[in-house]
Amino acid sequence: MANIINDETIEYVGILAKLELSDEEKEQAKRDMGRMLDYIDKLGELDTEGVEPMSHIFPMQNVFREDGITNTDTRGELLANAPEEKDGMFAVPRTFE
Amino acid sequence: MSLLDMTAVELAAAIKEGKTTAVEATREVLAQIEAKEELYNCYVTWDKDAALAQAEAVQVGIEAGELNGPLAGVPVAIKDNMCTKGMLTTCASKILGNFIPTFSAEAVLNLQREGAIILGKTNMDEFAMGSTTETSAFGVTKNPWNPECVPGGSSGGSAAAVAAEECFYALGSDTGGSIRQPASFCGVVGMKPTYGTVSRYGLIAYGSSLDQIGPLAKDVTDCATILEVISSHDTKDSTSVEREDTDFTKALVEDVKGIRIGIPNDYFNEGLDDEVKNAVLQAAKVLEEKGATMGHFDLGLVDYAIPAYYTIAAAEASSNLERFDGIKYGYRTPDYAGLHNMYKKTRSEGFGEEVKRRIMLGSFVLSSGYYDAYYLKALKVKTLIKKAFDEAFAKYDVILGPVAPTTAPKLGESLVDPLQMYLGDIYTIAVNLAGLPGISIPCGRDSKGLPIGLQLIGDCFQEKKLIQSAYTYEKARGKFPTPAKEVR
Repeated sequence: MANIINDETIEYVGILAKLELSDEEKEQAKRDMGRMLDYIDKLGELDTEGVEPMSHIFPMQNVFREDGITNTDTRGELLANAPEEKDGMFAVPRTFE
Repeated sequence: MSLLDMTAVELAAAIKEGKTTAVEATREVLAQIEAKEELYNCYVTWDKDAALAQAEAVQVGIEAGELNGPLAGVPVAIKDNMCTKGMLTTCASKILGNFIPTFSAEAVLNLQREGAIILGKTNMDEFAMGSTTETSAFGVTKNPWNPECVPGGSSGGSAAAVAAEECFYALGSDTGGSIRQPASFCGVVGMKPTYGTVSRYGLIAYGSSLDQIGPLAKDVTDCATILEVISSHDTKDSTSVEREDTDFTKALVEDVKGIRIGIPNDYFNEGLDDEVKNAVLQAAKVLEEKGATMGHFDLGLVDYAIPAYYTIAAAEASSNLERFDGIKYGYRTPDYAGLHNMYKKTRSEGFGEEVKRRIMLGSFVLSSGYYDAYYLKALKVKTLIKKAFDEAFAKYDVILGPVAPTTAPKLGESLVDPLQMYLGDIYTIAVNLAGLPGISIPCGRDSKGLPIGLQLIGDCFQEKKLIQSAYTYEKARGKFPTPAKEVR
């Protein structure tokens, strides 16, 4: 395997991805990611010098619209889906100590 | 003849003529769901009372002449990654296991405006990540042709529900083949339109630059009719394209004279099952006999589509799935210490293995120091792939090939080796990268009795050429059997 994912990298990816992995999951993730990156490295065989990256297939520019209110007040319905609510707002764990 | 034998268009016509009613059709299909669901598990959610209530209201509309479209009164199943107001929408994930949307996807609304009856929500790979419907948090779906086999994925529940006559048609979504491949495995017709043709508003995003909604149906006529109804320009989706040519049923013409069909040599190389290969080439011969001109060519870059796709799709997924944080909706871990721990535990417990794998890969390829080497490189390869298709479409109207290298594998075989599973997407994935339309139609069965799919690929906005070719082939092929009649 050409790509060796070390503990430090998998920790960092866990932070970026906001995932908490058990030691066993970390080992599995290191193997899976290494193998996938080996495979993706195949792209390196292609000469892309001077090729423009394509994020959108159509030559679309920004799509603008008037910044008007089109939705209605659905606060009650929206909060019905919230894991926790308080006084008509989303309740979240304490952010600052 | 049972109502369940009818196509969607035939049923709507029968209702219109007063030969049956939307309520009767809904009752019959609900009885079929009740009889078959325990075995096939096509649905995550289905709601008998809600379906019957809709059917009664729609029948009134039909009798009053207010609903007179070609799908009025026909019961439909919706893939569980499209929001349906008031009906559980899970994406087959624990993290959305209790999510009841406050709005409906635009494609669903377009169907409802024409008198569709929503039966329920179909099973899928979690967040559409998978090719077998086995990564669902709500159990596997079984292939109606052989319950020991997968239905394909990620729209496996939709394809299986159509094949098992547990609905008259279904909506699916296709990011790398997720409509076409299950359609192929289940012996139904599935179509992914040009990117931007169907609004993605209300479709829970996986890879936004690749995702498109499309129909899974019993035949090409249904497929074109459904696509015509769901296509719309929608200002709520900034990638929605304004098109004047969405009258797809006009292309239901039995004639391929003058249509130039190209067969890419590199779609028939090692790895393709012989029985699939022979059935697909036989279908090509049929189209040639009907007057299409046939040519062979090298498409090129075929082996680079999968690595480019998984880089781009994982990158977009890692960003799209950041919203699932246990705050506004969905699952929240019961025990946590502070905000960040709550995020991490919620996501770790809420997402399945394959979803986590792709989120991590995506986070990595977008991270500082690796962005250029992986993500940007993949976007450049996408440019090259699009160019290869542009060159092919300068010579051909339609590209013809297989949908998948094999017929449906056995349950439990694919997830053992994810990379191997990804390779099964080899013929479908480049279509998404280039934003092209593609259709899958049954073209035979292998020695195990499993359906084989033929794929036709068109240039952007050329759905009509695909529909015309597929329709002509279907007429020549004759009626394809259904598993209900063949497998007992």
